[in-house]
Amino acid sequence: MHALSFTLITLGGGLLAGLVGALTGLGGGVVLVPLLTLGLGVDIRYAIGSSLVCVIATSSGAAAAFVREGFTNIRVGMFLEIATPVGALLGPVVAVYVSSSTLAVIFGIVLMFSAAQSLRQRVEHIAVTEPGTLGARLRLASTYPHDGTLVSYGVTRVPAGFAMMFAAGILSALLGIGSGVVKVLAMDRAMHLPYKVSTTTSNFMIGVTAAASAGVYLHRGYINPVLVMPVVLGVLAGAMLGARLLARAHVKPLRMLFTAIMVALAVEMLYQGLTKRI
Amino acid sequence: MSEAAERGHEDFALEQRLGALLRGGVILSASVTLIGGIMFLATHGGAHVSYHTFTGEPTELRTVGGVIAGVARGDSISIIQLGVLLLIATPIARVAISVIGFARERDWMYVGCSLLVLALLMYGLVHGG
Repeated sequence: MHALSFTLITLGGGLLAGLVGALTGLGGGVVLVPLLTLGLGVDIRYAIGSSLVCVIATSSGAAAAFVREGFTNIRVGMFLEIATPVGALLGPVVAVYVSSSTLAVIFGIVLMFSAAQSLRQRVEHIAVTEPGTLGARLRLASTYPHDGTLVSYGVTRVPAGFAMMFAAGILSALLGIGSGVVKVLAMDRAMHLPYKVSTTTSNFMIGVTAAASAGVYLHRGYINPVLVMPVVLGVLAGAMLGARLLARAHVKPLRMLFTAIMVALAVEMLYQGLTKRI
Repeated sequence: MSEAAERGHEDFALEQRLGALLRGGVILSASVTLIGGIMFLATHGGAHVSYHTFTGEPTELRTVGGVIAGVARGDSISIIQLGVLLLIATPIARVAISVIGFARERDWMYVGCSLLVLALLMYGLVHGG
C-alpha cells in the first residue's frame, strides 16, 4: 500500500480507537491493537509499540484535566508508580519469549474482561475514614470534591494494591495497553478508594507505566515512526471528540455498541491466536 | 481543617503545575509529529509501506542520540520519532516536577518515592530495560 493511503486509513482507525476509548473509559490501547492487527494486517509487535505511544498521549491529555479538578490522589499515584514501571520494564523482556499467537490469546482474554468491566455499574464507595496501617504511615489519606464539599477518605490494603499494580505493569508492557481496568480494580476494590479517585488516579499513572515500556520498545525497534504518526494523531483527535460527546447525555447506546465491537474483536483475537494465524 | 484536608490544599498547587505540564507536553509532541508527518508524506507519499512482518527499526531510530542526529539532518522520519520521544518524556517530566513539588512541601518520603520512579523510567529510556 502507498504511504499516503495507508496514513489516511490508519488515521481513521486511530480516530475510532480514541473515540471508543474515551466513551467506554478504557483508553484507546485495548481497541487499537486488534484494529491494527486484524483490520490492517500490522504485525502485533508494531501494533503494541504504536499503541503504547497512544496510551501515553491519551492518558496525559485526560490526566491534565482530572488533576486540575482535584480528584487525582498524587500520593497514591506516586507510591504505586514504583510497582508499575518495574512490571513494565520486565514485560518487554518476557515478551521476547512469548509468541505472537500467545500474545493474541492473552489479548483476547483481557479484551473480553475489559468489555465486561465497561458495562459494570459504577458504584460510588461511601468514603472510608479508617485507613490501614501502611496507608496511614504513607499518609495516603486525602479528600475529593463531591456535591460541592470536600469528602475525606482513608486508604486500606496497600500491599494488595501494590502487587496488583506490578501485574498491571507487566500486562501493559506485554500487550501495549494502559491496563486501566486492572489499576482501577486495585484501587477501587482492593484499596477502597472512591471510584472517581480510582479512575482518575489510574489515568494519571498510565502515562508513567506506558512511558517505561515505550522506552524499552523504542530500543528494540518496535516503534515505527511512519506507522505511529497517523495512529497517535488519530487517537488524540478521537479522544478529544469522545470527551466532547461525553459532556452531552445519551452516550449509553453508543457505549453498548462499542462494547459489542470489543466483544467481537476479542472473539476474533482469540480465534486468530488459537489457530496460529497471528 | 483536618490534616488530610490541609495537605490536599498544599497538593493543589502541585496538581495545577502537573496539569499544565501534561497538556503542554501532549500539544508539543503532537505538533512535532504532525510536522514530521507532513514532511514525510510530501516527499515519500507514494512510497510502498508494509507492516505485515516485523523487521525492527534501524538503529538510528532506537536511541535518543540517533534521533537527534537525524533531526539535525532534517530527516522527516526522525522528526516524527522526536515527537514520540517528547511524548515519552512527558510523564517522565511530570515525575521530575513531582520531586520538586514534594521537596517544597518537605515531604522527604515522597521525594524518595518520586526519585525512585524517575530512576526506573530513565533506566528504561536510556538502557532499554
